[in-house]
Amino acid sequence: MVVRTLTQDQVDEMFHALADATRRDIVSRVLHSECSVSALAARYDMSFAAVQKHVAVLERARIVTKKRNGREQLVQANIDAVRDAARVLDQFEELWRGRIVRMGDLLAQPKGKGKKQ
Amino acid sequence: MTVTNVHKNPDDCTMTITAEFDAPIEHVWELWKDPRKLERWWGPPTYPATMVDFDLSPGGTVNYYMTGPNGEHAGGWWRIFAVDAPHSLDFEDGFSDEKGVPNPTMPSTISRVTLSEKPTGGTRMTISSKWASLVHMNQMIAMGMEEGMTAAMGQIDGLLA
Repeated sequence: MVVRTLTQDQVDEMFHALADATRRDIVSRVLHSECSVSALAARYDMSFAAVQKHVAVLERARIVTKKRNGREQLVQANIDAVRDAARVLDQFEELWRGRIVRMGDLLAQPKGKGKKQ
Repeated sequence: MTVTNVHKNPDDCTMTITAEFDAPIEHVWELWKDPRKLERWWGPPTYPATMVDFDLSPGGTVNYYMTGPNGEHAGGWWRIFAVDAPHSLDFEDGFSDEKGVPNPTMPSTISRVTLSEKPTGGTRMTISSKWASLVHMNQMIAMGMEEGMTAAMGQIDGLLA
């Protein structure tokens, strides 16, 4: 398993980017398949420029990448940053496995046993 | 201690993990209800948790922070829905800002813990967690779980060596 280390600035940027409901929705959509900015703009009750701005914030946080296809700009999820559900669940599994190991260690310590409060 | 079963469903963002401990149910429950014990396993060794407020009763809240290797603090909260000692605990957990105030723009997890006595002795613990959406899950992973993961993995490797 590859574990990346994000800098605090990157985490802050990612949080800022995902703190907005429209941007979260954009990420959900492009996770399934890449999508042009104009197709995204058609889905929201806001201007093309406003949607483009949201995409730019996500792009800066490296959550999505843009590529040009003729006259269209295609937005796709950056899988390194936004992992698919199965891989994210793997990380939660490892987190809980770590906690369970620590619980087992505490239970195995004699001084922890039978101590009632 | 053995993890006996893990069930992950990416479609509805849920995970259930079951483990068995060679200890009586009351001892396992103590790890949840005693804040000093909880501090020793909730966060990884490099991000130990400090419980600030701890009210493990229905409607109660838990506020805590984790301290990173450079002294940085990451805050978290629990909201308790239901408690049936020593058998079950239903709670939601999420992130707080630097002042310890729950941050509603950050994601949270809803979990149910159940403990049961095995007929042959020992305790079975099941944790069922649900996240609101894939994006929420990703946000949670980005939020310092990277550090936690590294430490947790290192610890597991250490035990296996």
